[in-house]
Amino acid sequence: MSTVAQRGEIEARTKVFLVEEFEVQEDLILPDADMKETLALDSLDYVDLVVVIQDNFGVKLTAEDFQRIGTFADFYEHIEQRIARS
Amino acid sequence: MERVVITGMGIWSCLGKDLAEVADSLRTGRSGIVFDPVRKEMGFRSALTGKVDMPDLKAQLGRRQRVGMAEECYYAYAATEQAFRQAGIGERTFQEHAVGILYGNDSSTQAVVDGVDALRRKKDTTLIGSGSIFQSMNSTVTMNLATIFGLRGINFTVSGACASGSHAIGMGYLLIKQGLQRIVLCGGAQEVNPVAFCSFDGISAFSVRESDPTRASRPFDRGRDGLVPSGGSAALVLESLSSAQERGAPVLAEVVGYGFSSNGLHISDPDLDGQVRALRMALNMAGMGPSDIGYINAHATSTPIGDLVEAQAIDAVFGAARPPVSSTKSLTGHECWMAGASEVVYSVLMMLGGFLAPNLNFEEPDEASERLNVVRSPMDHRVDALLSNSFGFGGTNSTIIIKRYTG
Repeated sequence: MSTVAQRGEIEARTKVFLVEEFEVQEDLILPDADMKETLALDSLDYVDLVVVIQDNFGVKLTAEDFQRIGTFADFYEHIEQRIARS
Repeated sequence: MERVVITGMGIWSCLGKDLAEVADSLRTGRSGIVFDPVRKEMGFRSALTGKVDMPDLKAQLGRRQRVGMAEECYYAYAATEQAFRQAGIGERTFQEHAVGILYGNDSSTQAVVDGVDALRRKKDTTLIGSGSIFQSMNSTVTMNLATIFGLRGINFTVSGACASGSHAIGMGYLLIKQGLQRIVLCGGAQEVNPVAFCSFDGISAFSVRESDPTRASRPFDRGRDGLVPSGGSAALVLESLSSAQERGAPVLAEVVGYGFSSNGLHISDPDLDGQVRALRMALNMAGMGPSDIGYINAHATSTPIGDLVEAQAIDAVFGAARPPVSSTKSLTGHECWMAGASEVVYSVLMMLGGFLAPNLNFEEPDEASERLNVVRSPMDHRVDALLSNSFGFGGTNSTIIIKRYTG
């Protein structure tokens, strides 16, 4: 899979689980939007977010990883790099 | 002492999804029992079960509220919402008063299995998910509903086997009677999934009359061969009469007696003396004699020994008074942790509707049930006071007496 195609796949799958499982409005999931503010998750929600990310991408994010992620674009980038390293 | 009344009820069971639908099933004697082929594939001895649909709560509850809810919580939310609505209780009452919640529930098996399965698959506890712990505890119903509705009074779960729901009503009754609580939502909830019932099936407690599901549950009948598992949820708003009058709430009926006992004997066998003691305690508390009871909703689950001993207990206490008796488990199957609450709801619906639901499939009595006045078919009948029995593993016995509210 090319980098462009993989980024598109990451974005698409992220939208699906955020809309279906976290009931986030799809039009709010924009590359430049702040991920934490948009999702407005509490500490328990983060537990589930880690699970769904692992289920979808085979990557387990830590609290430190989330601290480094600002926007959705950052998240996609982070996932892409982790997949590439694995 | 405060008088304790019922100001709201809710129900979600194999007989229907609200009071009107369930009352119609009771009045017409419609069974909710089916054959579930999945159970046969799993290795069940009996694939019979009550058929209970899952409520879709996406419109009412957000993800965070739903994620910690086990199957039985879904049923309990539906029943509780109905009960509060009928009682005219909402945000304002929750803010003005410390409304309590007591639910009978004694398992949350599917949630436990799902959580452990996730761990075995992923080998990492942090990938089980946040909902599992809140779904897995017996108190899953009370912890979730107290949070969702914002309840600030008494809040715990009663685990008393198949008498759980009845004891929850009894506890709520005592707390209100003593003036310690003004309003308590009392109920019972029971998961219906196969894993919840596999070990119960494994001790050969279930009817194997699989070819004819609606005729399988036959309490008091000589040909009974076991119970049929079922579930769902039932809820009742118990309230002090003074509170109901102050709020201008509808009064459906009055709770006047709660009897309880423990056999202290065998873990699964019933005991005549234990049941008689619970029955007499409830009558004494209500200040009633045998002839004051116009209907008995029996615990009778359709097991050979259980129904035999209960028939003997009813005969020992009520003798010549011979009030009409039926077991609504002939229609529903055994709703286990929920049964003590649902059967009070069913009985109050009969009292309010002026009818008695039948004890389906009572075709030939045995030596004990021939002494009872078992209701064979639906009948119009006025009841002014009724009694509901619930007994459970470990020899726990509970009896509730309800009477018509006459001011």
